[in-house]
Amino acid sequence: MPVYDLRSAGLRDLNRQLHALRPDTNETHWTVQNPDGAHAIAAGLDAPVTVEIEGNVGYYCAGMNKLANVVIHGSAGTGVAENMMSGFVHVKGDVSQSAGATSHGGMLVVDGNAGARCGISMKGIDILVKGSIGHMSAFMAQAGTLTVLGDAGEALGDSLYEARLYVRGSVKSLGADCIEKEMRDEHREQLYAKLKAAGLAGEVDPGEFRRYGSARTLYHFHVDNAGAY
Amino acid sequence: MAENAKAPRTAPRYSATFTPEVMSEIRRAAATGIYDIRGAGAKRKLPHFDDLLFLGASISRYPLEGYRERCSTEVILGSRFAKKPIHLKTPITIAGMSFGSLSANAKEALGRGATIAGTSTTTGDGGMTPEERGHSKTLVYQYLPSRYGMNPDDLRRADAIEVVIGQGAKPGGGGMLLGQKITERVAGMRCLPAGVDQRSACRHPDWTGPDDLEIKIGELREVTEWEKPIYVKVGASRPYYDTALAAKAGADVVVLDGMQGGTAATQDVFIEHVGLPTLAAIRPAVQALRDLGLHRKVQLIVSGGIRSGADVAKVLALGADAVAIGTGALIALGDNDPRWEDEYQALGTTAGAYDDWHEGKDPAGITTQDPELMKRLDPELAGRRLANYLAVMTLEAQTIARACGKSHLHNLEPEDLVALTIEAAAMAQVPLAGTSWVPGQTGL
Ligand SMILES: Cc1cc2nc3c(=O)[nH]c(=O)nc-3n(C[C@H](O)[C@H](O)[C@H](O)COP(=O)(O)O)c2cc1C
Repeated sequence: MPVYDLRSAGLRDLNRQLHALRPDTNETHWTVQNPDGAHAIAAGLDAPVTVEIEGNVGYYCAGMNKLANVVIHGSAGTGVAENMMSGFVHVKGDVSQSAGATSHGGMLVVDGNAGARCGISMKGIDILVKGSIGHMSAFMAQAGTLTVLGDAGEALGDSLYEARLYVRGSVKSLGADCIEKEMRDEHREQLYAKLKAAGLAGEVDPGEFRRYGSARTLYHFHVDNAGAY
Repeated sequence: MAENAKAPRTAPRYSATFTPEVMSEIRRAAATGIYDIRGAGAKRKLPHFDDLLFLGASISRYPLEGYRERCSTEVILGSRFAKKPIHLKTPITIAGMSFGSLSANAKEALGRGATIAGTSTTTGDGGMTPEERGHSKTLVYQYLPSRYGMNPDDLRRADAIEVVIGQGAKPGGGGMLLGQKITERVAGMRCLPAGVDQRSACRHPDWTGPDDLEIKIGELREVTEWEKPIYVKVGASRPYYDTALAAKAGADVVVLDGMQGGTAATQDVFIEHVGLPTLAAIRPAVQALRDLGLHRKVQLIVSGGIRSGADVAKVLALGADAVAIGTGALIALGDNDPRWEDEYQALGTTAGAYDDWHEGKDPAGITTQDPELMKRLDPELAGRRLANYLAVMTLEAQTIARACGKSHLHNLEPEDLVALTIEAAAMAQVPLAGTSWVPGQTGL
């Protein structure tokens, strides 16, 4: 199974090799050593392989991912797993801003904390953060789920569309048009499934979470709501 | 009394400040409580390309023979870093216009017309449709703040990528597509519920500032194997700095859109009061590239109110490499055609003034998602009309270039131009006609 030293062999060559992988490749497990905070590591993957990155990464690690399972044994910079379509990205450390931004599918799990704008404009991804998330998270989030075991910062879910937000801890404040909603059985089931996918089934009680979603009052521009914009 | 009645009276006098149009807008605002939203670009009179003239050949410069001596028009875009730069037969490209704002037939027609003419067309907010990809030989994929429909497969399918920072009609503004136009298909592509007013963000979600832009461009290049040219599109506001920063961030091509540039739907106040006229933006952008030693290495595409081959020639003479057209292309397809006058009247407007594109009721079947109205636009015929229009513009530009003695459109230069007004002379940095005065540059 390939072991790649990014420091000596460079980013372009790594990504080129990863992009060349076919769905039936035998090289299904890659290890990337010495990432040194480089940007766009393993961005644009499109094959069912596992890439383990042994260290901290810069911006857009696993950006636009399809199918691949990317594990970051460290922390990640801005936009980890941005615009992911499918696959699984697991960050063992913390992540910076805009984690999972605009992603359409797949799952992003962060063991540590996430910075501001986590899940901004998300379009179907499931994001699970074991720590806390920063301000303006789930801004204009369209679809998918954002599950937070810790706390959420200011203006959670501002201008939210149809994404569902589950937060176990406190929420500093809700953004425009984001409200707390009732946790019904279907939501507990959905949350349980997400916890399970992140390997937390039985460890974390879905009953401890509150659900937040869109009040849908901004779905059609109306003069009486002008103050909310 | 009788004598008084016969005395001359003051004629009714409209205010130059509170014009009938201004007053009707005040009444509309008072009645509805909502600002006016519309399509198209700035409608007010602005210093523009009509304020420039070419000098033509004379004793000191000799012209090229009309039909016999070659005047080339081809252009290469993206030669700086991309492994596969774009080769076009004409420097007139089709600007990004979203599927959603335009019907699928209109998008297909744009692809067909551009392909016949040997030029590129561009996606828009909302993603790439198969019709559009299929009918466009060269397709530029827009990468916008909303990332609606953004898909790495489409990124790889594209021939170039355009990172959109802003648009001339609304520099600093996001997009909007009102619920009337959000059909199931449009909604599905954007991952939104059908019928909901859709707002597009005005800032990118995962980067801020020029240093981040450089990293983002790096990611786009990595994902597409450094093959595709990367454009950066900005609305004209600080063209010197925006062009310099885009080039520094690694763009292959800068697209600069002036305030006459069209939009699908924006607040009228934004369209008319924010940004620079196209004419005022070109020289600073060219200067930025020159100062970096990148003029002609990073290509400059200019758009916003370009209508004819004369406009094209003027833009190129001021130092751009190519132009993009939106509104002109839509008119060529059939937008605002007087043949639909009865229906325009029924919508409370008239052919030539129709700009309620956001309402989705376009009688010409272009800015609509209504299946019945859409059918009125035959994509093949409309594509042919667009190709004809592009051919005419190219011929016109060549005619002017030959008259100025140029064997390639890119050989046109500011020295070929004079201005009719002091404003245009200052903005284009060419002399006022009949003088050697370039306001702001030389003494009287
Ligand atoms: C109907 C319509 C839709 C547009 N949609 C987009 C868009 O999605 N993205 C974008 O960058 N610009 C968009 N534009 C702006 C054009 O790309 C271009 O900047 C402008 O039309 C050029 O000016 P012109 O219309 O005067 O030729 C749109 C313009 C029109 C008319």
